[in-house]
Amino acid sequence: MLKKTALHSRHQALGAKLVDFGGWEMPIHYGSQLEEHHAVRAGCGMFDVAHMSAVDLHGSRAREFLRTLVANDVAKLKTPGKALYTCMLNVNGGVIDDLIVYFQREDWFRLVVNAGTTDKDLAWIRPAAARFGVEVRHRTDLGILAVQGPQVREKVKARLPAEIRDGALALKAFQSVSFDPWFVATTGYTGEDGFEFMLPHADLARLWDALAADGVRPCGLGARDTLRLEAGMNLYGQDMDESVTPLECGLTWTVAFEPADRAFTGRDALEAIKAAPPRKQLGIVLEKGGVLRSHMKVRFANGAEGETTSGSFAPSMKNSVALARVQRHANGGGCQVEIRGQWLSCRVVQPPFVRNGKVLV
Amino acid sequence: MSKIPAELKYAKSHEWARKQADGTVVIGITDHAQSALGDLVFVEVPKAGRKVSAGEACAVVESVKAASDVYAPIGGEVVEANPALAGAPETLNQDPYGKGWMFKLKPGNAAELDKMLDAAGYEKVVAESH
Repeated sequence: MLKKTALHSRHQALGAKLVDFGGWEMPIHYGSQLEEHHAVRAGCGMFDVAHMSAVDLHGSRAREFLRTLVANDVAKLKTPGKALYTCMLNVNGGVIDDLIVYFQREDWFRLVVNAGTTDKDLAWIRPAAARFGVEVRHRTDLGILAVQGPQVREKVKARLPAEIRDGALALKAFQSVSFDPWFVATTGYTGEDGFEFMLPHADLARLWDALAADGVRPCGLGARDTLRLEAGMNLYGQDMDESVTPLECGLTWTVAFEPADRAFTGRDALEAIKAAPPRKQLGIVLEKGGVLRSHMKVRFANGAEGETTSGSFAPSMKNSVALARVQRHANGGGCQVEIRGQWLSCRVVQPPFVRNGKVLV
Repeated sequence: MSKIPAELKYAKSHEWARKQADGTVVIGITDHAQSALGDLVFVEVPKAGRKVSAGEACAVVESVKAASDVYAPIGGEVVEANPALAGAPETLNQDPYGKGWMFKLKPGNAAELDKMLDAAGYEKVVAESH
């Protein structure tokens, strides 16, 4: 039996095509994945992402605990409301999950973790938190709505409570503001300006209805995937998993090696390879001849090899792009990718491919 | 509800076939198929002159999400492929039985066409796939 979010009946009423996503029945599109993609790049779209989990950490040692739990350093979070993207690693340096940490108060941090990994994340976090006297609350009472696109601020303005309206509209990227029960963050997974709302399910459903009435386009997880891929953002389980370190999937920037005395899980394994990680992530562009998909073979003129991890048609570029994990000695410029038995020439680029509506590669 | 024109022949693998007055047979994919695939972004059609047998994978349609083979529902020689699809794959979504046709065959054995499903038979295939 698939789990359903509080917005499920709305998806059905809109004629969404529903699919199993990490045990949840979620909309893949509402008719046209391409139109939904373009709506977010040019206007404003909204995504039900209530399958993702908000997890609150409470306790006076919450920050100290997080500095051991995740690879980025929450010491960077100095102002309440600030957010930080990070990986949570196992002792081998492999990625258990990628997540966002929101600093609420010194004794309260909020994590947002992936849907498919929630159970294993909680099983990993709870015993570790207990050693710091930190309480872990899985906020199943909250849903998450991502509203994304260049018109997001004008679209959400009228729907924000007066008490936080100015504050929310003044937020820069990766910040948040709260006003019980509202939690509003400028995070997202599209490469556009955007807000993510966390609210009790009934309030979130009212917000959905109001935004829909204001012309914000409901968008499915299909468009979310092409938007995030164009933005060069990794998908957990596809571009990384427990067998991959952040140094090999384009997330070196999220690992805080300084200060050198901070002992986070996975640190020793990363220190051992950090001078020369065996693999690296690249972006690939195929101008014509098909569509790149995951698990296609990639080869370079100098003999280096690898594999695409995410690939798709890129609607904003009208061609196809992929993220690939390749051997360290792969050289830049070009490569070849095998599609249906043929080796096609591709450009090698540094992601992101698209940001804020502009093609960058 | 997807459209299933009564005058066409169908394959279980969701291709349609239309016999022309000159004896050639036009092949495409059904409305049900294009709807299930979603927005198409790439189409690869067989070259004129290629000989195909019934059931042979000879074309590819790719949607945003996935690639799918298209099978020749009957054997024969490809005499023409739709040149418009490479530049406008969305035509296949918009008009699967008209401007979205894929290729034309000169049948090797015209009797193979009679073995294909009629509209009622294909409607059952679609109903069972739900």
